[in-house]
This record gives sequence, structure tokens and C-alpha cells, in this order.
Amino acid sequence: MMSWRKYTIKFALTFCVLGGLFACSSNDSEILEPEEVYTPTPKPLDVPPILERLLPPPSVPVDNPQTVEGIALGKKLFFDPILSGDGTQSCASCHKPDNGFTDNNRFSTGIDGIEGTRNSMPIFNLAWNRDNKFFWDGRATSLEIQALEPVTNPVEMHNSWENAISSLQNHPQYPTLYQEAFGTKTITKELTAKAIAQFERTLISANSPFDKYLLGEGTLTEQELRGFQIFMDESRGDCFHCHGNDNSPLWTDNKFHNNGLDAIITDKGLGNVTGDPNHDGLFKSPSLRNLAYTAPYMHDGRFETLDEVINHYSEGLVYSRTIDPLMKAVSRGGVQLSPSEKADLKAFLLSLSDPSFIANPDFQNIN
Amino acid sequence: MKQITILFIFILTIVGCSNNDEPETEIVGCTDPTALNYNPAANTDDGSCTYEKNITISFTQNWDGNEISAADLNTTEFVNEAGNLLTIARLRYLISRIALKKDDGSTINFEEYNLVDLSNNDSRTLTLSTPVTTGEYTGISFIYGFSEEDNISGEYRDLNDADWNWPTMLGGGYHFLQLDGTFNDSNGNIQPYNFHNGTARVSDGIFEQNFIAFDFDVDFTISDNATIEINMNISEWFKNPLTWDLNDRSTDLMMNYDAQKDMQRNGKSVFSVGEILQ
Repeated sequence: MMSWRKYTIKFALTFCVLGGLFACSSNDSEILEPEEVYTPTPKPLDVPPILERLLPPPSVPVDNPQTVEGIALGKKLFFDPILSGDGTQSCASCHKPDNGFTDNNRFSTGIDGIEGTRNSMPIFNLAWNRDNKFFWDGRATSLEIQALEPVTNPVEMHNSWENAISSLQNHPQYPTLYQEAFGTKTITKELTAKAIAQFERTLISANSPFDKYLLGEGTLTEQELRGFQIFMDESRGDCFHCHGNDNSPLWTDNKFHNNGLDAIITDKGLGNVTGDPNHDGLFKSPSLRNLAYTAPYMHDGRFETLDEVINHYSEGLVYSRTIDPLMKAVSRGGVQLSPSEKADLKAFLLSLSDPSFIANPDFQNIN
Repeated sequence: MKQITILFIFILTIVGCSNNDEPETEIVGCTDPTALNYNPAANTDDGSCTYEKNITISFTQNWDGNEISAADLNTTEFVNEAGNLLTIARLRYLISRIALKKDDGSTINFEEYNLVDLSNNDSRTLTLSTPVTTGEYTGISFIYGFSEEDNISGEYRDLNDADWNWPTMLGGGYHFLQLDGTFNDSNGNIQPYNFHNGTARVSDGIFEQNFIAFDFDVDFTISDNATIEINMNISEWFKNPLTWDLNDRSTDLMMNYDAQKDMQRNGKSVFSVGEILQ
């Protein structure tokens, strides 16, 4: 029984291969080149110990498993200006490794010299995003969908996918790389986004001084520890309701909040996406990891320094109808931290930055 | 082959017997082969068959009987016992250690805990992984929050991921409740409230558990897959026995021992068992 089945499979395979050969040989314009069956090598995400210990496993879509070849292709695409309309900008132009995969501009400038209206988001730990809502306003419902947008956005890479695919298809290397990653030389925007998403999911950061402290592998200064107490104190910093804690090491809740920036909402944020006026002015909480590299801050990059950010929550809160009730001290402008508390809090926040992340050779441009 | 012959002979024998006029010995029991307690020897069904069925818990919320859904968030105004006009922006709470009591005195304990988030419909139903047997039941119990032994800091990855932790300086573990919103204060100004509940901090390093164990006597029959409703009457948090005026206590309540214990007192009338549908 078993051998008969095996025989059937072998026969079917032979038939397919022969069929393929015949199909190819009937085409005069192409060199006879049977499509090699290429199985990409699985490469599950390497989960750092602190995330392994405290969080559910990373979420990777079943139709886009991590592979060595997919990640390598995604990395090449990420750093390659070929995706932009005039071949001058890559994803990495606004998402630089040195800046925690954001840039240091308030707004990034696209290929036509036009500025966007929101601050480029840092990229790390994106496989731990249980709600799968990407961008400041959550409008992309998967990382694969997110990766499609900047290519065609007129104030970003301002290309058409048709044109981008044509450039990739005519490139000396890409068709082979797609075949190795996805088993086909026929390039599509979906496969391109899948490869980029695979690379982005490898951008994992969990090796900050605070992580080492939690793992018992390092110590913090007295000031950093005092800052952490302020962060966790509901009557002082009260940062933890939106920005994680020592047992929730993403340092974001990945939810959307109005954090009291403006009395009059000009950018509706989540409200533009859901159409619910109660969501006007809500933006995704960014992670507090890697703040040392990701200035300026907020969805519109309005704060150049961490001091400005802390001052905002301390005495700069402004009421608007959709302000989150967690901004409870808005009637007195904020939680009113003393100068020394602010310094302590800042020291703690900086202990969440991970130098090994921005220096990781796997994440650098090798094109 | 031998077995088939034997079976054949056996069948012949049975057929032979049924042709026999002698009265058959009545053996009572469960005659349904799909039942848990099928008795192959029984020839008269006595209604004792039991089956495995699945239980789903439906978590519902109301304000003194008016059902509350995600659509009420930020929009619907409520008046609490103290007369505070309020809205709800966020409601999340934790339920654990659900158990059903059978009429034979046994208890079925379920391992699941559930973080209910009013804004997330999926979180409002919980299908329990352990099936139960059909029959008569006499009670439902569950814990609001986590018991002291379950309330371990960092232990539950999904709750960590939901940023549901309770600060270590306040005893650690997890939040039991987050009820946030706004109210009109005595001067008519809109003010936020953060009605958060968890372990109570007595003093530095001294903490007091703050969960509530509910144990309801309810007689019901499980005959099919069933949905059991656990209901939260939100107004009870502000009403019974203590009238809670948000003008007095609205924010910074987590480290306030009295506020935490008063929440626990008022919480005892918050939950009830609602409909059991099957």
C-alpha cells in the first residue's frame, strides 16, 4: 500500500516535470530552463529571553512564515531605493538603523521634496502587536499591508506598484531572489510586501540596560531606579497604564489614546480611520524603547527632546473632548513633577534604549 | 476470520432468541451508544444517558438593568447613586476560577481566566475548554480578579501583553478592574475618573488581597451546549453599601487603601448570574 502510494507520487512528479519541460521547450524565445523547485529555509524569530519569559510568542502570519531567503530579500528591498519613483529613496531613508529605524526629522521628506504630516515611526518588536494595527492611526491591519503604502504615497516614495515591480523584474538579481524566497520569479507587490515584513519582524530590541537588570545580568543607577518608581507611581508619573511595565516589556500598550496635546484637534488620527468622532485625536502609544535614538517625539514630532515630552505630561496637558481619562491631571496641566523627579524619570526612560539594537550588523545596509 | 465466524454465530443466536417466546429479562440503563454511560447490556432506556456539552460564558454589563455595549462608550451618560453624571470611556475586568456545582455534590473547575474589555466583543465570550456532563446543576462560582495564590506578578503572558499588571509597589499581580471615564464635578466641570481596583496596599511592603469570590446557588439543567451569562451591574460599584461620590474620590485611587477596600465592599453586589441558554 505504502509503496504503491509512493509510486503514484513519483509518477505524478515525473509527469509534472516532464510537462514543465515540454511547456518550456515549446517556447522558442526563452532558453530551456526548468524552474528549480526551491524550498526556502525556515528561520523562526529569535526571541530574546525577556520577551520569551513575559510575553506570548511572536505573531507571524501563517501565509508569510519567516525564512532565511525571505528575510534576506526583505532586507535588500528595505535598503534599496529601487522602490521609489525616481530611485532615490528606500524604506531606510526614513527608517534608519541608527535612529531605531525612524529618522531624526519632525516630518520626513518624500522624493518630490514634499514633507509628510506625521513623524516617521520607529520599527522594532512588531511581531508583538496583537491588535495588528499599524501606522500612528492604525489604518493598516497587517505589517504586509503597511509595507505597501509608502511606495505609492505621493509624499513618500511616490511610485506606482506597476513601475516598482517592473524595475524589480528587470533587475539582474531580484527575480532569482524572489524565486529563492517564494518559489517564483514572477514579482508581485504582495510578495514584495511579504519579504519586507519578514525583515521587519526580525528587528527585535530587548537588550537594554533595563532588560539586563530584569534578567539579573546588570544593575541600574540609583537615579534610574528612582525614575522607574516615578513611572510606576499612579500619583506621580503614572506612565504604566499606556506604556508597559517591568512585566510588560514592550513599553507600549499598542492602543490608541488622546494624550492631551491640543485643545483643537486638527489631525483626527484614529478617528479618520474608524469614522467615530470619539476617536478623533487618538494616536497609537509608541514604545518607550530606544528613545535615545528616536527623537523627535509624538505623532507629529513636535517635541525635540525627552525633556519636552516629560514637561508635556507634567504641566503641558491640554483638554479636548476626547482626551483619555488617564490624563487625569489635565485640570492642573499635568502630574506636576519636580525638577529632580523629571531628571530621574528621564534617566529611567533612557535605560530602555538598546545600543546593541542599533549596532546589530544583521540590520545594517549591505547593498 | 475466526472472529467473524464467531460474530456470525452470535448474531444467529440473538435472532434465534428473539424468535423465542420466553419473556426477555429487562435490563435498564442508557441505551444510546453515543452517550458517556452507554450500557451495551441495557435494553430499556431509563433516561439516565449523559453527554458531554460545552459551556460558553457570556459577560454582559448593564446599568441598573439597561444593557451597556461598546456603543455606549464615551457617549451614554449615567447618573450614579451620588448623583454624579458620568460617561464610561473604558471598562476592563478580570474573572477567574469559574466553577459549576453538580447536584451530586461534585464541582467542575475551569482553568481559564478572562479579561473582559467592553470595547472588544471577542473578549466578552469565553468558551470553556473542559466539557461538562449533562444533568442537574446547583451552582456557579467564580472569582472577580485573581485569588491571592493566582495573583502572581508576570505569570500570565497574555495579561502582560495587555499591560494589565498592577505595580509591584502596590503588591503586584494584576489589575482586577479598570473603569475610566469622565464626570461632571460639583462645579459643573468635566473631570476624569480612574476607578481601578487590585491588591490593596496597607503600608510599605504590607498588602491585602482584594478579590471577591462569588458563589451563586442556581438550579439549572444542562441538556445541550449552554451559554451562561455573568452580569456586571456597573452602577453597583458606586452604590451598595457605600454611596461613592466621584467628587470625593475619582483619581489616584490605586494606592489608596480605603478606596481599594471600599471598591471590594461595593463589588460584592456588582455581579450576578443571568440567563442560561442552550
